[in-house]
Amino acid sequence: MRMLGCVSPPTEGELTILGGDPVRDGAAIRARLGVVPQEDTLDAELTVRENLLVYGRYFGLGRKLIAERTDQLLDFVQLAERANDMVDPLSGGMKRRLTIARSLINEPEILILDEPTTGLDPQARHVVWDRLFRLKQRGITLILTTHYMDEAEQLCDRLVVMDHGKIAAEGTPRELITRYATPEVLELRFAPDEQEAAAEKIQDLSPERSEVTADRILIYEADGDAFLERVHAAGLQPITELVRRSSLEDVFLRLTGRTLVD
Amino acid sequence: MSLTAERIASRAPLAKLPSGWELSVRAFRCWLVMYRRTWRASVWSSVFGPLFYLGAMGYGLGTLVDKNGTAALGGVPYVVFVAPAVLAVQAMNTALSNSMFPVFGAMRWNSIYVAARATMLRPGDINRGHLMFITMRIAMNSACFVIVMAAFGLIRSWWGVLLLPASVLLGVAFAAPVAAWTVTLKTTTPMNYIIRFGSIPLSLFSGTFFPISQLPAWIRPVAYATPLWHGAALCRSLALGTVTAGSAAIHVGYLTVMAAIGLWAGARSYRRRLYV
Repeated sequence: MRMLGCVSPPTEGELTILGGDPVRDGAAIRARLGVVPQEDTLDAELTVRENLLVYGRYFGLGRKLIAERTDQLLDFVQLAERANDMVDPLSGGMKRRLTIARSLINEPEILILDEPTTGLDPQARHVVWDRLFRLKQRGITLILTTHYMDEAEQLCDRLVVMDHGKIAAEGTPRELITRYATPEVLELRFAPDEQEAAAEKIQDLSPERSEVTADRILIYEADGDAFLERVHAAGLQPITELVRRSSLEDVFLRLTGRTLVD
Repeated sequence: MSLTAERIASRAPLAKLPSGWELSVRAFRCWLVMYRRTWRASVWSSVFGPLFYLGAMGYGLGTLVDKNGTAALGGVPYVVFVAPAVLAVQAMNTALSNSMFPVFGAMRWNSIYVAARATMLRPGDINRGHLMFITMRIAMNSACFVIVMAAFGLIRSWWGVLLLPASVLLGVAFAAPVAAWTVTLKTTTPMNYIIRFGSIPLSLFSGTFFPISQLPAWIRPVAYATPLWHGAALCRSLALGTVTAGSAAIHVGYLTVMAAIGLWAGARSYRRRLYV
């Protein structure tokens, strides 16, 4: 993400942004980027409005233009009534929205967001998602990283799954699900002492793909309900059973594995 | 990553970047916005600092010193001798206090540098913009001090009009290299060493409160080599009117080279730190 933001030289390969070389033309490229870093870099000792003023000045905008854009942007991120308050007491969600507003002061063509909703409560996440979706509709290219697959599903037209710095897969969320997962997933939970025996019996039913986790057996099938009937017919009685559509989370876990990556 | 590249490459060509000066001024103006909140407190200390110093060192201690004759001081009262040197010490201290914790903080605490690097400012612009602000603070403090000196009749020559630029040059000679160094720090501890083992001995033994001729002969070359001695000697020669072209050239040259090295090092170290 720092390489895309032109604040870190590429370690390997080729990178062209807006037709320029990030090492040679970094500043000229950054003039047309907006960046929402993972850690807020707001100036807590200034007011909401002053933060936008300082940032607008960096891009050489006039005071009047900055004031106009500030009003619009604070409206857009629903912070208009906090315009003259200090940044420090704002909540996490407000600070994130302010960071987004600030990153838009130069009317960027590309907005780079590094885990934009990490650490926010559900309400705050939905407000951020809503605003980002509107920006996308206005034609701004959003490049975002996230660990939340629901976020990727909500916001992304094209998705790249990264595993240890390598691209594991790319495509639209729908394509990835079709390619790497079955339409439905059957989740069965058995009593701990019965799970092993149940897993073996299920294997005998030859599912398309199955996975045994610590507390559940996951069965990937085109038709979950049909397979569930076969499970019942085989005399198995799970404690809980759930048929659901596959999600990006299934794709992600399949591609990158279940072992913890730090 | 071809997917994003082809979509983005089709847009308008990149605009030419404004001059480095223009970009540095933008970084400088950011500091002005923040200074608007704290300037009142800092102005009080700029005015009362020199009054306290001149009162205690110049007049209090001075009456004792003058009783023993002032030949070693060049035949002027102690307060006249010491005032330009205190001006130099104050310029150095303003430079240090503005180029240590605020620089460290801008990197580590309030992220001013980190926020600015995401914009079109380059690390060198961020460095020079902050130095412009520090220069302004040094000039403000020095101007207060020079006015107080003039009001008390402690400037004995018309060369005194150059006291302000001379003390600002001394301050920048400290601020530029110190900022270049501070930005690389991971903890605040080394900054305390600079104050304890750097600025305090410098202010005491650089021909400030007593002439270097009072020091043992073997240590005098060390004192002559310090930047504060050059700054203090330059200020004193201007205030007393004893300035000669040769000595002024050496002092100004020394301090200019030091400031230039600091600017060069700052552009490098800021780049290393902000562009990783």
